[in-house]
Amino acid sequence: MITLKEALKLSKEELISLKEELKAKIADNPELNAYIDVLNVGEGIPIAIKDNIQVTGWSVTSGSNILKGYIAPYNATVIEKLLAANMSPFGRTNMDEFAMGSTTESSCYGKTLNPLNPNCVPGGSSGGSAAAVAAGLAVAALGSDTGGSIRQPAAFCGIVGMKPTYGRVSRYGLGAYASSLDQIGPMTQNVEDAAILYDIIQGYDPKDSTSADRNDGTVSDKLDPNVKYKIAIVPDYVKDASEDVRNAYEKAIDVLKSAGHTIVEKTLMDPKYDISAYYITATAEATTNLARYDGIRYGNRVEGENLKDTFLQTRSKGFGAEVQRRIMLGNFVLSSGYYDAYYVKAQKVRSLIQQEYNKIFDEVDLILTPVAPRTAYEFGALSDPLEMYLSDIYTISVNLAGLPAISLPVDTATNGMPVGLQLIAAPYAEQTLFNGALSLETKLKG
Amino acid sequence: MFETIIGLEVHVQLNTQSKLFCSCPTSFNHEQNTNTCPTCLALPGALPVLNKEALRKAGMFGTAVGATINRTSFFDRKSYFYPDSPSAYQITQLYTPIVEHGTLVIDFEDGSQKTIRINRAHIEADAGKNIHEGSISKVDLNRAGTPLLEIVSEPDMRSAEEAILYLKKLHSIVRYIDISDANMQEGSFRVDVNVSIRPKGDEKLYTRVEIKNINSFRFIQRAIEIEVARQKEAWEDGVYEEEIVQETRLFDQVKQETRSMRGKEEAADYRYFPEPDLLKVIVDDAMYADICSIPELPDAKKERFVNDFAISEYHASLITADLENAHYFEEMLSLGISAKNAVTWLIVELQGRLSGGVTPSTSPISAVMLGMLVKRIEEGVISGKAAKEVLDYLLENGGDIDEVIEKLGLKQVSDTGALEALIDEILNANADKVAEYKSGKDKLFGFFVGQAMKASKGSANPNTLNEILQAKLAQ
Repeated sequence: MITLKEALKLSKEELISLKEELKAKIADNPELNAYIDVLNVGEGIPIAIKDNIQVTGWSVTSGSNILKGYIAPYNATVIEKLLAANMSPFGRTNMDEFAMGSTTESSCYGKTLNPLNPNCVPGGSSGGSAAAVAAGLAVAALGSDTGGSIRQPAAFCGIVGMKPTYGRVSRYGLGAYASSLDQIGPMTQNVEDAAILYDIIQGYDPKDSTSADRNDGTVSDKLDPNVKYKIAIVPDYVKDASEDVRNAYEKAIDVLKSAGHTIVEKTLMDPKYDISAYYITATAEATTNLARYDGIRYGNRVEGENLKDTFLQTRSKGFGAEVQRRIMLGNFVLSSGYYDAYYVKAQKVRSLIQQEYNKIFDEVDLILTPVAPRTAYEFGALSDPLEMYLSDIYTISVNLAGLPAISLPVDTATNGMPVGLQLIAAPYAEQTLFNGALSLETKLKG
Repeated sequence: MFETIIGLEVHVQLNTQSKLFCSCPTSFNHEQNTNTCPTCLALPGALPVLNKEALRKAGMFGTAVGATINRTSFFDRKSYFYPDSPSAYQITQLYTPIVEHGTLVIDFEDGSQKTIRINRAHIEADAGKNIHEGSISKVDLNRAGTPLLEIVSEPDMRSAEEAILYLKKLHSIVRYIDISDANMQEGSFRVDVNVSIRPKGDEKLYTRVEIKNINSFRFIQRAIEIEVARQKEAWEDGVYEEEIVQETRLFDQVKQETRSMRGKEEAADYRYFPEPDLLKVIVDDAMYADICSIPELPDAKKERFVNDFAISEYHASLITADLENAHYFEEMLSLGISAKNAVTWLIVELQGRLSGGVTPSTSPISAVMLGMLVKRIEEGVISGKAAKEVLDYLLENGGDIDEVIEKLGLKQVSDTGALEALIDEILNANADKVAEYKSGKDKLFGFFVGQAMKASKGSANPNTLNEILQAKLAQ
């Protein structure tokens, strides 16, 4: 597949034939199930869109039965930005229902396969976007990342996935999972493409009150792999990861050193606190964000005997098991008598995590960590929800602290699956993040 | 032997152009669900953006009641499922509201005063409306997302009368600073009453009962009295613990009773937590300065009227209780008439003739018309008595003051020449009485006045008449 950078040079006619070619290839690969459907808006470069980003006239459903058939009446801000930059929303990609999952198995449209090994999960929740890019079925894609949902599937499928600083990209039009954690970001074939797509979608949006009102300019035109950075590594933090991941970590450290970067050792608090703070915060927000799906105004209503029964039936039949589990968790942590012990405490932990990162970023430019404890696993390997939650240990603190991070393929595991690692930067230091990632990518290709 | 404890929660609809978190208009009476957008319909992905005007108006209220204005406040989500609540959570301010710790002074008829503490005032979004038609229910979301200011008093009121004085003062204040239309019938000034009783001298608070959404001052007073009676009766019958539970009750205007709305077994857990879609609300220096400068308040206006126009406290408070009335009075005065006359003609003559909820400003008599009428009296064009006839005529038929005076033939004769001729005629015809008067029977002066007035068909200017008559009789 041609890169986004190359696609920028295509003529109108060439773009039309590219889209035809993509449609044919997607139709030839139905078992991958990366796309839910393939609609196109405009005459620009095709960009695959995760099923939770609103595109006018599209059925945007967040992979959920409760929204099947719902037609979005407005464009998300990122879609407006794509259209303004001569890019076309092209195809709706599969995802875990309401972005709650790490495997893309919980979609109401069925699971997406990992294009590198159909027995393995593509990761999630943006598994459809990752698989589409990895399989050569998309030039680039948009995903959303609440606790690793861009970075982890990128790592599992061997592509680049980037989560911007919280507030950098407008959330207006992103079907919300956890408002204080969600960010839309690029999923691409390489670092430079990620920077190009990031430049297009980022920027202040008065429609999103949490959007950052600042103008730091674009990064792709200033990309420089030769800037030397001080990069923190966290050996303690990595020790629980699989051997493949630890090997990749060592390899990346060597590559970064040889590229002239300074490596320093740091420690991060036990990620078990991240998990607790994350699942309390995310489910509390999610339970309210998903309360609007009551079957009254839109979506699939299941008529009950009375109002209460209608709510109950609609939501019991409309939401899948994992979504229902998180709604219940969220209600529990917010309920009277538990609020202080759970939600309030989680926010304290969250601010400790932020402080810890701030302290490290006082001294270094970037932090290198794994994305996941292991490479893409086989379907059904993580049947216990708690085990699945624990697989998020390396990604969620980044969301809790609102930091930008990028996942890129670094190595191949003994089973042939890609190993991705992530670089994390200080808030709004996307230029540093992309420069560092480009340096690592360039040297690896070396 | 019992003491009544009353606390009031008032939802005031802020009169902003657009809704609290989107740019939809707040105007009423449009076709159902037309004033809506992705945000107030709670479509997937839509986000709230705070209307700064609502924040400013809430802050102005804080200034009006001498409250603390929190330069940083927060919004919270209050969760509950109901069809008129599109997102199934209300965005409100639980933990840190914009306004806290204010006071409001109520005035009793005897001139005494009492300070009622205001616990807080917070901004929140209104819900839509459910419309039930037989077996189906419809939802209209035009009102969903309209800004409300919920003003919560401390339980400082000790009688229905105090509660009504508080509410009337509050109503007056929000109208004066123009943050709400405060129309009770249209629901832009909604009152929830919390009532409990306790034996006099007891310090602790007993079970409070909430009575919701009563839409007139009269009914609020009645509802409190009835609820207090119910609680006292339960106490005296020894069934207080069983019958008086913390609950919400509705006031039935027809049956004159309060009725349980929902049992405590369904007590809601609203699962409040900070609204993550909105950042903290900062009142910056410019907005703070803006918030601090508010129009003249009713008490200040009253004091000014007493000082500047030398009218009584009582009259001043009657006039200033209602902003429209105060403006009406001020407009009358702009015609250069005396304040005392303006008071009499506004309060006694005009208001005395109005009924059925009609106020001076909604009556057919404009402030300029009434002022002009008073002016004509002061100029001696008509007598006070004649002016009453003019007022009656105007209320019935409308019209121009001077034309009506002309038409009804009420113009006073102040023309000395005409009056002199008329008086000469009377004195000539009653030469015997003139002689009696001159010999000391002073009382006969009234007789001559009466005769002259009669001859002029009541149109003689009494002052002029007196002067001429005295001069002639002294000759």
